[in-house]
Formats: sequence, C-alpha cells, structure tokens
Amino acid sequence: MATFQLTVNGQRREVNVDPSTPLLWVLREDLKMTGTKFGCGISACGACTVHVGGVATRSCIVPISHVGDRPIITIEGISNDAVGRAVQDAWVDQDVVQCGYCQSGQIMSAVALLKSTSRPTDQNIEESMGGNLCRCGTYPRIRAAIKSAAAQINKGGA
Amino acid sequence: MEVNRRGFLRVSFAAAGGLVVSLYLDRTAPAQEVGMPRQPAKVYPPDAFVNIRPDGMITIQVNRLEFGQGVQTALPMVLADEMDADWNNVIGELAPAADVYKDPLFGIQIVGGSGSIAHSYQQYRELGAKTRAMLVAAAADRWKTTPDKCRTEAGVVHGPSGQSATYAELAGEAARKPVPATVRLKNPSEFRLVGKRVKRLDSRPKCDGSLKFGLDLDLPGMKVALVAHPPVFGGRVKKVNDGEARRVEGVREIFEIPLAKGSGVAVVADKYWPAKQARSLLNIEWDLSGVEAADSTELWTRYKQLGQTPGNVAGARGDQNALEKVAAGNRIVAEYEFPFLAHSPMEPLNTTVRFDGDRAEVWAGSQFQTVDQMAVAEVLGLKPEQVTFHTEMAGGGFGRRAVTDSHVQREASEIAKRLKGTPVKLVWSREDDVRGGYYRPMHFHRVEIGVGADGFPVAWNHVIVGQSLLMGTPFESMLVKNGVDETATEGTADTLYNITNMHVSVHHPKVNVPVLWWRSVGHTHNAFVMETLIDELATRAKMDPIAYRRKLLKPDAKKPLSTLDLLDKQTAAWRSRLPKGHALGISCHESFGTGVACAVDVSIENKRPKIHRAVLAVDCGVAVNPLTIESQFQAGVGFGLTQLMAKGAITLKNGIVEQRNFDGYVPPYIGDAPVAVDVHIVPSAEAPTGCGEPPVPVISPAVVNALARLTGKRYRSLPLVSI
Repeated sequence: MATFQLTVNGQRREVNVDPSTPLLWVLREDLKMTGTKFGCGISACGACTVHVGGVATRSCIVPISHVGDRPIITIEGISNDAVGRAVQDAWVDQDVVQCGYCQSGQIMSAVALLKSTSRPTDQNIEESMGGNLCRCGTYPRIRAAIKSAAAQINKGGA
Repeated sequence: MEVNRRGFLRVSFAAAGGLVVSLYLDRTAPAQEVGMPRQPAKVYPPDAFVNIRPDGMITIQVNRLEFGQGVQTALPMVLADEMDADWNNVIGELAPAADVYKDPLFGIQIVGGSGSIAHSYQQYRELGAKTRAMLVAAAADRWKTTPDKCRTEAGVVHGPSGQSATYAELAGEAARKPVPATVRLKNPSEFRLVGKRVKRLDSRPKCDGSLKFGLDLDLPGMKVALVAHPPVFGGRVKKVNDGEARRVEGVREIFEIPLAKGSGVAVVADKYWPAKQARSLLNIEWDLSGVEAADSTELWTRYKQLGQTPGNVAGARGDQNALEKVAAGNRIVAEYEFPFLAHSPMEPLNTTVRFDGDRAEVWAGSQFQTVDQMAVAEVLGLKPEQVTFHTEMAGGGFGRRAVTDSHVQREASEIAKRLKGTPVKLVWSREDDVRGGYYRPMHFHRVEIGVGADGFPVAWNHVIVGQSLLMGTPFESMLVKNGVDETATEGTADTLYNITNMHVSVHHPKVNVPVLWWRSVGHTHNAFVMETLIDELATRAKMDPIAYRRKLLKPDAKKPLSTLDLLDKQTAAWRSRLPKGHALGISCHESFGTGVACAVDVSIENKRPKIHRAVLAVDCGVAVNPLTIESQFQAGVGFGLTQLMAKGAITLKNGIVEQRNFDGYVPPYIGDAPVAVDVHIVPSAEAPTGCGEPPVPVISPAVVNALARLTGKRYRSLPLVSI
C-alpha cells in the first residue's frame, strides 16, 4: 500500500492503495466515482476513458503509480468544460444512448476529438472513436451527435 | 383490523397521500416485503404500477429490465397517455421480482422474444385508463357532478364549471374509489404520447455518469468476489494451492464452490483489484476426467457429416421427391457454417447477494427475474418470497442475462451463503464472459434447391445441424416438438416464401459447450441462409432482388410485402445512382412478428466491407415510440454485424476456448458499422410487435449480397475472414 495525491475534476484527493491498482479501480472503488466504466480491462473497449493531463486515456491499464501529478478529468467533471457540456447536450439532444454503459467513454473520447479537431470529418471520427466499443451499436447517432456538438461549438454556442 | 390485500394497499398508500393501482387487486397472496433502502433511497410499492406522489411526481413501475431497448420510457408513455398524466412529471422505475410484474403471456418476469411492448401494451393502457377513471371519479364526487362531465389533461381534472384539481390533490380520495372492471381506452387519434418521437427518460444520467448500473452498486461492508472457472466446461477442482493468493492485501476468503456444472474457486476481497490479483495467483489442479473436450475443428467434421442426411422433420410440404426431378444443372447445393458467438454485453455480468439466514436480498440486471429469484432461493434454502430481488439497470444483455440455469446468481448465492450478513458482489470479468460459454450455438446448414425454368425454386431440401437451446431446460416441453427445437429452425421451417415443395429437418448434437439465445436467436443463421439463397436465385433469374422477393413471397406475407414496398419507394432514386465500386445488397425477413426490409450500399475498403448507408423499412404495427424504434434499428444492425467480423467467432481447441477478451473476439467498432442508417416505419394501426431483435437478422445477408455483386463470390462460412 502507498499513498497517492491526485487531482480529480479539480479537487485534491488522497488514496491509499496498492501501487499496481489501475486508475479505473481507484476512481470506482476508492473515490466512489462509478461514472467511469469497466468493460474489458485490457484497453480494448474504451469504456474506462478519462482525460489524464488532457489526453484521452484508458484508465483500466494505467497503474495509479504512473499518474503522477497530471490532472484527471472524468465523466462526472466534464460538464465543467464548455466542449464537454456541448457534447453531453448533443448526446441528449440526439437521443444517442441505449444501454448507456459505454457512453461515458464515448463522450470522453468525443470531447478529446473536438478539442483537437473543431470540424471533424467522418474519417476523423472513425479514427478518434475507433477504440470505443458500443455493443448496442449506437454509432450512427454518435457520429451525428459529434457533428452537432461541433456545429454548436463553432458557432460559439458552447 | 382485518384488511384484505386490497384494503392494505389502499389504506397504507392513501395515508401517505398517494394513489397506488395494482393490476391484480383482488389477489390474496401476501405482499412481498419492501426491500431495504438502497442509495439513493428507493421504495418499491409492492405489486403496484402507479404511485402519484404528493409532490406531483408519478412513478410508474416497469415490469421489464431496461438494457438499452427503451422500455423504461415506452411503457410509462403508454400508461401516462391513457392516464393523461403530465409527461414532465413521469418517472419510470424498474420493478423488482414479483408475481404482479410477470409477463402477461409468458407467465414469468422476463425480457425475451421481443415481447416487452407486444405483451404489455394493452396491460399498461388499461392500467393508465383505470387510474384516470379513479381520479375522475374522485373529482366528480368533490364537485358533486358526474365523471362524464369532467375531462383530464396533463395531470389535471377539469370540472364542468371551471373547477380544476391536480392528480396529486385527488390521489388520496381516488385511492378510496373502486377500481373499474372495464374502462374505455383512447382512440389512437386521442393519443398525446403514443406514436410521438419521445426522448428517453434515462439519457441525461447515462451521459453524466450518474446512472447506477448493477456493477456500480456499493453497499456498506460489501465485498467483491471473482471465481476461477475450470478451463474445460464441467471440470472440477482437484487441488488448490492458494498460499500466494492469500497474501494479497485485501483478500478475505478463498474457497471452492459448486458451479452449474463442475466446481470452481471463489476469491472474496474488499475490492475488485485484490480479488483479480489473488485469482491470478491461485494454483489449481483440475479434474477433467469424464468431461468432453469440445473442439471446433472436430465439431465441423461431425456437423458436416450429420448434415448430409435429413434429421428430425421441422417442416415438410408439397412433393418430397421434387428435387430428383430437377436436372443436375438446375440445382444449387449450398453449405453454410456459423460459429459460436458470445453476446459480450458492455457491462460485465454481475450479481450482488446478501444472505441473512431467513431471507436474502439480490441486486441483478436480470432479463429473467422469476427464474433467477428461484435459483437464489434454492441455493440458500429459502422460499422465493423470502428473496427480495431488485432489478438493476443493465449495460446490454442481448439474451445473456436470461439464462435458464441462472449460473451467475447461483455462484453469487453460493458465495453469499458462506459470508452470512455480508453483501457480496460477484463479477464475471470480460475474460470470464468471453470464455464462459452460453454462446449462440454453432450451426451447419446444407441446402439443395431445384430451380424451375422461370428461375423460382421448385424444390428445397434443407438440413440444419446445431445444439438445441431448450432441451434439458424447463422450456423443453413448450418449444421442443418431435425432436425439433423451434428456436433452431425459426425463419426457415416457417418461411414466408411460397416454396411449394420444401423439406426442412434438424439434427441436435449434444456438445459440452453451454449455449444460449443470442439476440434474434435462430433467425441469426436462418435469415442469413434464406436471404443469401433467395438473392442468389434472383441473380440467376436476372431479376431485380426486390421484385424477385415480392413475387416469391406468399400473398398473405403482409409485413414483408409492406416493407419491401416502402423500401422500394424510399430507395428508388438512391439505388439507381450508387457510386462506382459500390454495390447494393437487399434482404427481407420477418421475426418476432415484425417485418423488416433492408438495402445497403457497400464497397470494399482494406479488404473489408464498408457500409456507406443502410436503409430499413419496418412494419411493427403501432409504433409506440418512433424515435426509440428508429434507434433500435439504426443500432441493432450494428449488433447484427458481429457475425461478419473477421474475428467474430468463438472457437475451441481441446475443450478450451481460444479467445480471451475483445482482442481475440472482436465485435464491430464505429468503422465497421454503417456510416448512416435511415429507418422508415410502415404506418399501421395493428397491435404493436417487437423491435429489439428484428434489426439483427437482415443486415449480414444484405451486406454479403452486396459483396457478391462486387466480387462474384458467395459467402457461406462465417465469420467473414476474407473477401
């Protein structure tokens, strides 16, 4: 066991866990933030995507000891960000979700995409979202919601 | 005071200022105990559907699991519409296991057979109308008038002289009114919600991370458990060395438990990560004696051999010797292979159980509450009514959460039995799920067709080989007849194509691999075989694939015909101007009472099918929520494409599953799904039919039919490894 200081959604948090514990499980079980989901444990499905130091990251394979002082943003905090809020609103507006289990990760990946590419093409979307699995298959609406969020952000609505 | 059940319900809830309507008000069965409050505190009104709260909010109990299909929105819509409730005040809650929430047709609490709306539409309409009638009766009393002089709108009753009262104000008085035996239902023209594109009630909490799924459950003192399963199905623990595993900090207990078949080793820890670490450090010697080591290669050999001769007859009509009269050059012989498929819902399987000696409490995202509740009771030596069973929101399921042997709930109960008083959350990791069986069964089809001079089939001999889903389960007596499991032949034996001389038979080999219904069940393979062969016949006859199907369908195949008509109309212009290098693929199939016709625009990119657009026409009777139906079809075709993925197969070698996770068993990602999907719904006033499963069967045959136009090849072995 070791103590780690984290910054999660702008707040300082301290946890005492085994250093090998993946960030995912620290968020879910120690910090009780269950919006970040466990899907595969091998970074193959993207359900656990969070932002670490501004980069979309699969939290299921990042040991807590590797996080360092990089700030962490999760689905619970993404609405504090203008792009994050626009993406969430677009998701609701387009009625994207079905079972919803993968959507935290989808939204976190979409926010990262729109922060780097303000007018994403279908190709950009397929590349950036290509590691986020949705078994329900909501992909057509995910595309539509990303484009709608982009339009909203670009016209200054976010 | 002696009160019957009806009185008890009335008095208790009226006292709280709310109205509760129970479906079976006159039943004398004891009320199920209300479960312990969970976080956030949530009180289940026993055996009831509607609760008008003093603050005006109306909670409607949904007698189904919500796992994406949208029923948590659609059933409350149906009830609220007849009730004239204010939709902004409606909350849909997933009902716990109880008699009153059983499917009116199936007699158990279930999500299956795409029956949630089909079976509960009438039920929820009546509940809504009866609730409204009681509220109106209370208002009429209050205003000394008659109910027929009152009208309702958006949660308010209006009287003849300008009086008005909200439902919340009237709830207490309404609860003392008799429940009407019969009630007038709305004409469809009076609907305010049914038929409208209503957004899901669960969208926002699923987009901000606040919605709790079963896996997110956190109870005071809760432990997390993982089970080490035998490498071959049915294997038993011979010897365990758990010395190293026990040294992992946070590990509490390690012990052997019986499984549905064989035995395993349970690891109980404070949290998931130590449980996972400890499990990987277990050194287990397995006893695999007497256990069949299934092997995919050997199974194919066996299945192909079986398929050369007819099996148990599933359907026979016309001249059984018709094929012999067709010249060899006019015959098509086709053999198809379909592998085992895992459902792999995004939320790993899990169940939490707390055993308190004389009762137990369960939290599970279950499609099969009645069966799972009974299984927990059996393991714990309780009666089902001593088991409070909470239905948790689930992250997908596709059939995987409706298991006849309730193996996940049994494992969780075996563990909870050892840790009396402690809530234990059993998690099946992704590896456990991918390797854990309960797959869509492998199937082999052999079809011989005699083609007539006009290009239409004059003989059709069809042999299907695959494990039965239902033999050996409680459903056997209902759905297995004369050695034929109908879930293996649906879509072929009962085809709506007018094939005069047809013989369909089936072999059900016994194999040591647990199998299970996979969204759309037998239609997954039967529609593929039928729709690719019909397409091949159309090509051979040099006929348009839509025109050919229309001509071959029986005149009373109403829904396939209506969907083909709508598809034809909606895609006429688009079909004729596909870009160079693209091809059109068509399919059409009815399943679960819903007709679907599908057109796809496909090209080949990086040696894989690229689906630029799919257009679907759907006939599902009354479209309760067209927005949800559109979503189900847009996304459901993506699920169906699992069949065509290069790594869309579960295989076994020497009894061991070769895939472990999403690196070996790879479902469709965004680039594999259609870029766009248009959904057109046939206007209808007929009773609603299901929309959960019908999107799945049509997509794969449509895509390979398009590929056949591009490459000249027919694709009959899945997964689609190469084009």
